[in-house]
Amino acid sequence: MQGSFEYFLDQLINGLTLGAIYGLIAIGYTMVYGIIGMINFAHGEIFMIGAFISLISFLLLGLVGVTWVPLAVLLVLVVAMVLTPLYGWALERVAYRPLRGSPRLAALITAIGMSIFLQNYVQLLQGARNKPIQPVIKGGVELIRSKVEGAPDYVVNLSYLQMLIVVLFGFFIVVFTIVITRTALGRQQRACEQDMGMAALLGVNVDRTISLTFVMGAALAAVASIIFLMRYGAIDFFIGFLAGIKAFTAAVLGGIGSIPGAMLGGLLIGLIEAFWSGYFTVEYKDVAAFSILILVLIFRPTGLLGKPDIEKV
Amino acid sequence: MALAASTSMQAPVERRPFDWPNALKEAGAVAFVMLGLTVLMVGIEVRDVPGGLALIGRYDDVAFASLFGFMGRIAIALLREQRPKPVVLICTPIALILLFILLSQDTLAFLAGIGLDFGSDFAKTMQAVKLALPFKSLVVMWIVLILIVGFAIGGLRGMAPPRAAPTAADRSADGTHVVRKPLAQRISIFLAPALILFAVAMPVLAMPFGQRWFPFLPTVDLQVMDIAVLVVTYVMLGWGLNIVVGLAGLLDLGYVAFYAVGAYSFALLATHPEVVAWSQAVFGSSFGFWICLPFAGLMAATAGVLLGFPVLRLRGDYLAIVTLGFGEMVRIILLNWYSLTKGPDGLGGIPRPSFFGYPFTASPPEGVTSFHDLFGLEFESIHRVIFLYYIILVMALVTNLFTLRIRKLPVGRAWEALREDEIACRSLGINPTNTKLTAFGIGAMFGGFAGAFFATRQSFISPESFTFIESAVILAIVVLGGMGSQVGVVLAAILLIGMPEIFRDLQQYRMLAFGAAMVLIMLWRPSGLLAHREPTIKLFGRRSARGAEEAA
Repeated sequence: MQGSFEYFLDQLINGLTLGAIYGLIAIGYTMVYGIIGMINFAHGEIFMIGAFISLISFLLLGLVGVTWVPLAVLLVLVVAMVLTPLYGWALERVAYRPLRGSPRLAALITAIGMSIFLQNYVQLLQGARNKPIQPVIKGGVELIRSKVEGAPDYVVNLSYLQMLIVVLFGFFIVVFTIVITRTALGRQQRACEQDMGMAALLGVNVDRTISLTFVMGAALAAVASIIFLMRYGAIDFFIGFLAGIKAFTAAVLGGIGSIPGAMLGGLLIGLIEAFWSGYFTVEYKDVAAFSILILVLIFRPTGLLGKPDIEKV
Repeated sequence: MALAASTSMQAPVERRPFDWPNALKEAGAVAFVMLGLTVLMVGIEVRDVPGGLALIGRYDDVAFASLFGFMGRIAIALLREQRPKPVVLICTPIALILLFILLSQDTLAFLAGIGLDFGSDFAKTMQAVKLALPFKSLVVMWIVLILIVGFAIGGLRGMAPPRAAPTAADRSADGTHVVRKPLAQRISIFLAPALILFAVAMPVLAMPFGQRWFPFLPTVDLQVMDIAVLVVTYVMLGWGLNIVVGLAGLLDLGYVAFYAVGAYSFALLATHPEVVAWSQAVFGSSFGFWICLPFAGLMAATAGVLLGFPVLRLRGDYLAIVTLGFGEMVRIILLNWYSLTKGPDGLGGIPRPSFFGYPFTASPPEGVTSFHDLFGLEFESIHRVIFLYYIILVMALVTNLFTLRIRKLPVGRAWEALREDEIACRSLGINPTNTKLTAFGIGAMFGGFAGAFFATRQSFISPESFTFIESAVILAIVVLGGMGSQVGVVLAAILLIGMPEIFRDLQQYRMLAFGAAMVLIMLWRPSGLLAHREPTIKLFGRRSARGAEEAA
């Protein structure tokens, strides 16, 4: 079955949905890196907190009796995209802003510290056990049904959930791109990215712009977390670590600081993982992802779409 | 406002009245944010019950968090406006009472240990008080406590008299500028020998020779020695990583990979059936700790060079993610290469080191003299731990000495120069890749040594012990200590590794406090506890390399 087109299509769909999650988280990393040049190690935990907020909202809606799926998903999106960014904002305000202008490693250490802190905070508040949830969206469209001799038919399904994921990913990417390229906020962000001091001189409120960068990154992470929750159906306090590392890998692969690069990198990492698990071994899918990252970096040291580093003396 | 009047007596400048409306407005905003942060995450607990998930409300915690945010913002505003007295007056007692309640069991046990016994009734009362606190989640209490202590300290600092102006002795010969050495260097000159002396004498102080003859360590026993061994292991890892991060300026987020390689090389050399069979055929015995140790270091160094070779061209954060990826890869391979590493089951039965051929066992096999027989002592398991302690202490000190000496060699100077300015180095004919490779390889080697020690100490290893969090902790020790400062690494290791072990009562709050401590220390001293990043040698100026060396 492995050689067939159907199997390939299955892996492609899996890879794209996974890639959408990574891509959305990776944008948060890459934006923060672009604007203040630090690795926001706690971004994965923001994603995890977003997943918990979505889980709690789903359960609350179930209690209240909102069972019409589109409305429930929409409400959860709104709640998660309002509450999760508060964590992103607070994180920046408490742990990063006081360190602006300090040695760069200092901010990295506080980021790791915040990551450990938030993980344990959620573990203590919500327990360490895995939290499973009933599938929210069921059913799908049959794409291909092929006959297999002596076995049940091999069916390639495109579920409604996967369609929704693609739609969500596409929608938020478009909205986000418009914000970055067409609005005053986006212009301010790009100005801060190029030269923070000059932007401040020209009247850009740098602190506010950086805060909003964290807010936007966290909002996209919240979208990713809802996708994750609906797609995988179970979360725990530790999901942020691996998702964060993968998304960061994706951001670096695409060229850190470059927003299209983050989306591309996210999709690529998702595809690599899906195909590696599909055709080789599941155990080594992370090794494959990291190896490809290293290979790419050897030949393109600033990632796929990153601007080449100009060395100045 | 009587308070403001009394303070304005001291300050000749008329002070603005405290801007209450603005403070209240900001406090309201903070309270609102706190509400948003906690309303779902703290306010509702998802608990798994048979048949699904149940939601349990904790709304008092949410209300409390918002209230606390409100008060906290006002406290900050007061501190900013140099009005620390009310903050200190309110926060200090609250902090002390809370701390005592939260740590009551531990504190009472400690007090009983040094002769102040309050009796079990009092302990029970305290436990009841602790449980009767109005919050269902103690996490909130701990966070609150940390913040209140922060306010109290901030207030106390605000009340302290302003720092004295530099005296004549601190000024340079022409009197123009202050030449007082940074605090870090003044401290570390005395601190380093004192720490080494204490480290060497520590087991003697801790050893129970029939009676406790050193009364100031209340729980002198196996547990203290175990913590000491752990702390020194991390000191060694920190010093090893300091070569890479502090000296050569390469950000390595996967240092634990070399620790793992060292541990597994040692474990495999000592226990893999084929190796054991071969060594018994050739040498008549299986390999012990001392023979395997250099190999473990060599393997780790090889791993370091193999990884470093392709990726050291990368700069800064690209290198960070690649090293992080490498650390994860090593762990995943160890987890899945079942035929060699036994995967998640781990490797057991790793031989423990012997005292130059005399093992630390209660009943040694026929024809072998054990350690306690050799010295005519009673068998005590602490002997072995103390021996382990001295092994790791010597290994760590060798690492330190090596670092201090290599900084004077051309390669060490090249590392520091490379850290400061890579382009300048290149134009001076230093090969950056080779220079970085040596730093990477040597750092990895010391990580490998520490890994071999870890394996022999635990006698069992599994991939569980080599997760990213370990790398992060080691890096945190280096950075918190102050990049490149050797004494700083020791202080940071004691703080980050020793303190959580001592506060056993915290248990599940340990890692929470650990993360918070990392953040708070960094905010308090952004360049590390003992920060000094001076090059070992300077072109101009009288201070020789030796002068700077002592400071490190």
